[in-house]
Amino acid sequence: MDTPSGRLVRSHCVGTTAVVYASDYLNKLTGEKIERECRRQLDCGCRALVIDFSDTKLVNSIGISILLGIIDVAEKNGARIVFSEVNLPTVELFEMLGLTRHVVLAKDESEALMNLSRLETTTPVVH
Amino acid sequence: MEPSKQKLIHTFGALADLGQEIAGTGDFTEMVRTSMHLLLGTLALRRGAVVECSGDGSLRCVALWGLSDQSLNGFELSDTEKHAFLSCEAVESLVKNTETTNGFLNRYRDKLGENEIELVLPMIVRGEVTGLVLLGGKASGEEFSNEDFETIRAMVRHIGVGIHTHRLLEQVEQRAEENRRLYEEMRKTYRDTIKAFAAAIDIKDKYTQGHSERVGKYSEIIAREMGWSEEEVEGIQIAGYLHDVGKLIVDRNIINAPYNIDAKLSSELNRHPSAGYEILAPIKHPYADIPLMAKYHHERLDGRGYPEGLKDEQIPIGAKIVSLADSFDAMTTDRPYRRRRSFEDVVRDLRESSGKQFDGKVVAAFAKAILKEVNGEAKERRITRMLGKGYLDGDHVSTLLTDLIADLSLEKAQKAQK
Repeated sequence: MDTPSGRLVRSHCVGTTAVVYASDYLNKLTGEKIERECRRQLDCGCRALVIDFSDTKLVNSIGISILLGIIDVAEKNGARIVFSEVNLPTVELFEMLGLTRHVVLAKDESEALMNLSRLETTTPVVH
Repeated sequence: MEPSKQKLIHTFGALADLGQEIAGTGDFTEMVRTSMHLLLGTLALRRGAVVECSGDGSLRCVALWGLSDQSLNGFELSDTEKHAFLSCEAVESLVKNTETTNGFLNRYRDKLGENEIELVLPMIVRGEVTGLVLLGGKASGEEFSNEDFETIRAMVRHIGVGIHTHRLLEQVEQRAEENRRLYEEMRKTYRDTIKAFAAAIDIKDKYTQGHSERVGKYSEIIAREMGWSEEEVEGIQIAGYLHDVGKLIVDRNIINAPYNIDAKLSSELNRHPSAGYEILAPIKHPYADIPLMAKYHHERLDGRGYPEGLKDEQIPIGAKIVSLADSFDAMTTDRPYRRRRSFEDVVRDLRESSGKQFDGKVVAAFAKAILKEVNGEAKERRITRMLGKGYLDGDHVSTLLTDLIADLSLEKAQKAQK
């Protein structure tokens, strides 16, 4: 749903990959919107998710819980998930809490998409 | 940043958010969901649920994350199992701990394992298990440390208190609502009883049927025009209904005498305001001063009224309103010895009696209320309906009322100057 509206989550698709943009503060309100958007993209047939954190300054506990929910849903759907452009404090938080065991971190969106396309050729998604 | 320091900051942030969430007065289910997210996100737990215990031992899921809606169906918690939770140590809450004597864990170990639930903690408030918190493993894949247990137990305690407080608030609100409904029903019963009573009073006087009800309605209209609160308006309406209750002890022949009665009979009839007070005073009315309004509705501003010959400021404003409503109805309804008077005549009388018999403020308010109906500005035409078709017709009615209001306003200004 590619929209400039602040009330909706910005996203777009590249092939079978959905890129979803997280907002500046990932809390319950924004987190649940991202979660819904990710679910929607997976339901529409996306096989991989890139969550872009370029605008995200802070992720709180609720944000962590919701991201774990997204990881769970993606895993259950056999979809890969990459977090891109995560700032250093958030990377440290993700590492400390073990989120990085379940997602790949990429420098930016293009690196994330490149990683996914490489994985696509070596490890095809099992439908 | 050092990982331990970062973990501490992350945990403290979550605890602060949890405190705020629990202290809030928002939606109950949202509060529980948010609290559960805070708990899961603090240690990055992959799934979890908060369930409430009901009296019959069944468990109701209030919030869950990372689990299917049906995953906890059929779970129950017996009294013995509740008791076991009261004394359990954290490590005994681990689903994989087969050494535990906790009946609930032993009963549901397989089902909990299937759902990847690793930890079950009771929410204990005031020595009672009010619910359970079920938690999945850490995203890091690590075992729970003692510090993790401490954090989880502290947060679960908070959530338990939050749920308990919300439930108590709900009960209080529910009871308040029930009380409000009961109170409304009682008020309605009271009003209906009063109406029936008013009808009984009027039946005694065959020439003034409906008089008490009309006086109640006129009084209500005047009070509302004077800006009284709804509660006060209801009160004066009741006073209007009951103003002649004292007539119940007056001989029916005196009340129904088809001629002007002599001084002796008149004195007997004039006992009715005091008698009304004696009847009404022992009753605990939901509105103030009803007995006094009945007692003083025949007092006059110039002190020539009865029963006490009170003057202007000594007469309660409510009694002044009922007095005007009573006289207005007497003037505008047929009596055994005379026909009702024309509206022009009534207005003349009101003008002349203002400041002597009636309070000018009250007369002005009544005139304004009638004028609003005549000009079509009132929502309902209640006065017009009570006076009957045609009584307020004609262009002169509006002029009469406008002039009366202007005169009373001028008198008021002159009085203020003096």
